[in-house]
Amino acid sequence: MGIIIKDLGLLINAMLIATPPLLLAALGSCFSERSGVVNIGIEGMMTIGAFVGSVVAYYTGNGWFGFFCGGLAGAAFGVLHAVACVSFGADQTISGTAVNFIAPGLAIFLCKAMFDNSSDSPALETASKLPKMFNGIFPAGSFGYNVLSTYSAAYLSFLLVLVIWFVFYKTRFGMRLRAVGEHPKACETLGINVFRIRYICVILSGFLAGLGGAYVTLATVSQFRPNVIVGQGFIAISAVIFGKFTPQGTLKACLLFGFCNGLKSLLGANNIVSPYLISMIPYVVTILALIFFVGKSRVPAANGKPYLKAK
Amino acid sequence: MSRKDKILNGNALYTFIAIIIGFVAGAVLLAVAGINPGLAYGKLLNGVFGQVKYITWSIVYAAPLILTGLSVAFSFRTGVFNIGAEGQFVVGSIAACTVGILFDLPAPIHILLCIAAAVAAGAVWGIIVGFLKVKRGINEVLSYIMFNWIAFYLSNYIVNLSAIHRTGGGEASKDVADSARILAPEFITKLTRCTAANWGIVIAVAAAVLVWFVISKTTLGYQLRAVGFSKTAAEYGGINTNKMFLTAMAISGALAGLGGAVQTLGMAGRVSQFASQEQYGFQGITVALIGSSHPVGCIFAGIFYGAMKYGGGKLSLVKAPAEVVDIIMGIIIFFIAIAHMFKVIFNRKKGGK
Repeated sequence: MGIIIKDLGLLINAMLIATPPLLLAALGSCFSERSGVVNIGIEGMMTIGAFVGSVVAYYTGNGWFGFFCGGLAGAAFGVLHAVACVSFGADQTISGTAVNFIAPGLAIFLCKAMFDNSSDSPALETASKLPKMFNGIFPAGSFGYNVLSTYSAAYLSFLLVLVIWFVFYKTRFGMRLRAVGEHPKACETLGINVFRIRYICVILSGFLAGLGGAYVTLATVSQFRPNVIVGQGFIAISAVIFGKFTPQGTLKACLLFGFCNGLKSLLGANNIVSPYLISMIPYVVTILALIFFVGKSRVPAANGKPYLKAK
Repeated sequence: MSRKDKILNGNALYTFIAIIIGFVAGAVLLAVAGINPGLAYGKLLNGVFGQVKYITWSIVYAAPLILTGLSVAFSFRTGVFNIGAEGQFVVGSIAACTVGILFDLPAPIHILLCIAAAVAAGAVWGIIVGFLKVKRGINEVLSYIMFNWIAFYLSNYIVNLSAIHRTGGGEASKDVADSARILAPEFITKLTRCTAANWGIVIAVAAAVLVWFVISKTTLGYQLRAVGFSKTAAEYGGINTNKMFLTAMAISGALAGLGGAVQTLGMAGRVSQFASQEQYGFQGITVALIGSSHPVGCIFAGIFYGAMKYGGGKLSLVKAPAEVVDIIMGIIIFFIAIAHMFKVIFNRKKGGK
C-alpha cells in the first residue's frame, strides 16, 4: 500500500511538472482562438520565452524577473503575429509558420552569439530558478512532498485559470472577445473595436506562451536547449481544442496531457510501454475528441478568417 | 492571358522584395551580434557556388524540398492548406526505410517498392485528414498538425524496434540495403566529388512536370482548380467537391511521402531518431510560397532553399550561427504573407475591385 501511494505521489508529481507550461501556453491560445485568430506560432513563442527567461535569470539571478521577461519576449512575437493577421489580413497559418521559423531560430542564434557558439545556455543555480512552495515542510520523497511541494508558478498557473474564466464570462471585455470571434462584423456595427480586441488577445496569447516557455527553463530544465520545447506548443493547441475553447475545459485537457507525461516517465523508465507511443496520446486523443465529441460548431465561427474593416 | 501574366509578374516582384527584406534583416541581426554580414554572406555564397561539389550538395539538399514544396503548392491550388506535409514526409521516409531494410530484392524492383510504400504512406496520411474534413467537418489545419506529431512519434517508435534499429552506436535505423539506394553512378560522384549525389533531383523535376501537366492540362486538374477558386460554384457546376478534396489531399500527401523516400534512399540512407521535427514539410510551405505555388517556381525555390540550407551549415566557419537561415526564411514568408494586403490596396487604388 505504501508503495502504491508513493508511486501515485510520483505520478502526480510528474503530472504537476508537465502541466503548468502547457496550461500557461494553452490559456494564451484560448485568448487568441476565441477572438478569432488561429495562433500556431505558440510553439515558437514558447521557445523564445524559454530562451529569454533562462538568460535573464542567469544574468540577474532573479527567477521571477526572468519569468516575466520570457513572457514579454513571447508577447513581442504576439505583436508580430497580430500585425500580420489583424492589420494586414494575412493567412493566419502562414504567419504562425513564419513565427515558428523566426522565434526558435532567433533563440538559438542569440544563444550561440552570447555563449561562445553553444546552443545550450549555462545551467541556472537553484537560487536563480523559480522558488518551490512548502520547502522543508514535508520530508523528501513523501507523498505530500511529491504532490504539494512544487513550483510556486505552478500554483500561479492554476490560479490563472480561475482569473481567465472570470474575465471570459463575467466581464464586458470577455463578452466582447467571445463575440468578436463569432461575428466580427456584427460587433463592429455595435461600435466594438474588433482590431483592438484581437490585438490585445493575440499579444496576450504570446505573453502567456512566453511564460509557459520560461516555466520550462526556469523550473523543470534549468537551462535553454534547442529541443527544450519540442511539441509542447502544439500540445497546448490540442488542449484548447480538446477543452472546447474554454479555460476550464483547457485545464482539464492540460491535466490529462500532463498525466500522460507522468505515465511516460513512470512506465517508460521501466520499459513497460514504449515512451513514443505514450507521447502520441495527446494528439490521438484530440483527434478522437474532434471526431466523437467536439462538433464543428464548437470552433469559434470567425476563427482563422481574416477580418478587414468595411469601407 | 495578359492578366495572368500581370498576376505572375506581380507575385514574382513581391517575392523578390520579400527575399531582399529577409536578407537585409539577417544582415542587421548578424551585425548586432558582432559578425560582419559581408563576411558571413560571402561565406554563404562561396559555400554554395565555390566548387562543383558544393553546387551538387545544394542540389542534393534541394530534391526533398522541391517535393514537399510541390505537395504544399498542389494543396494551395485546390484551396486546402497542407501544413501536414511534415508528417507525410516523415511517414514516407520511415516507410521507404522499413521496406529498404526488411526486403531483399534486385535493385530496380527494390527501389520501386520503397518508393511505392512511401507514396502510399504519405497519401494515406493525407487522406485520413481528408476524410475527417469531408465526413466530420474537422478543420484540416488542426488535424494535419496532430498527424504531424503522430507521425513524429510513430517514426521514433519504428526506428527503435529491434528489427529496424542499428546494432552499432547511434540512435538511428539500420542502413537501407544498397539495392534500394538511388545514388548516382560512380562517374558522377567522382566528377562532382559529392558522395551523396543521387537521382532525387531527377525524380523531383519529373514530379514537378507531372504536377504541372495534371493541374493545367487534364480534366482532373481543371476540377481541382475549380474547387480551389470557389467551392460553391464548382458544386453548382456539377463537380463532386468532396471527392476533389480527398483526391487533392491524397496527391498532396503522396508528393510529400515521395520527398521522404528521396531523402532516405538518396542522401541519408537511414532514418535517425528525431529529437525535434525535421522541418522538411514546413520548409515546403516556404518553397511553395516563394515559388508562387507554381510547379516550375517550386523547382527554383527548392534549389534556393537547398542552397541556403547547405551553405548555411558552413556559416559556423566564420562563427556565424547557421540559424540565421531559418530567420531569413521566416521573414521572407512573413512578408509574402502580408504582401497579399499590399495587392488589395494596390488594386483599390487602380480602381480595380
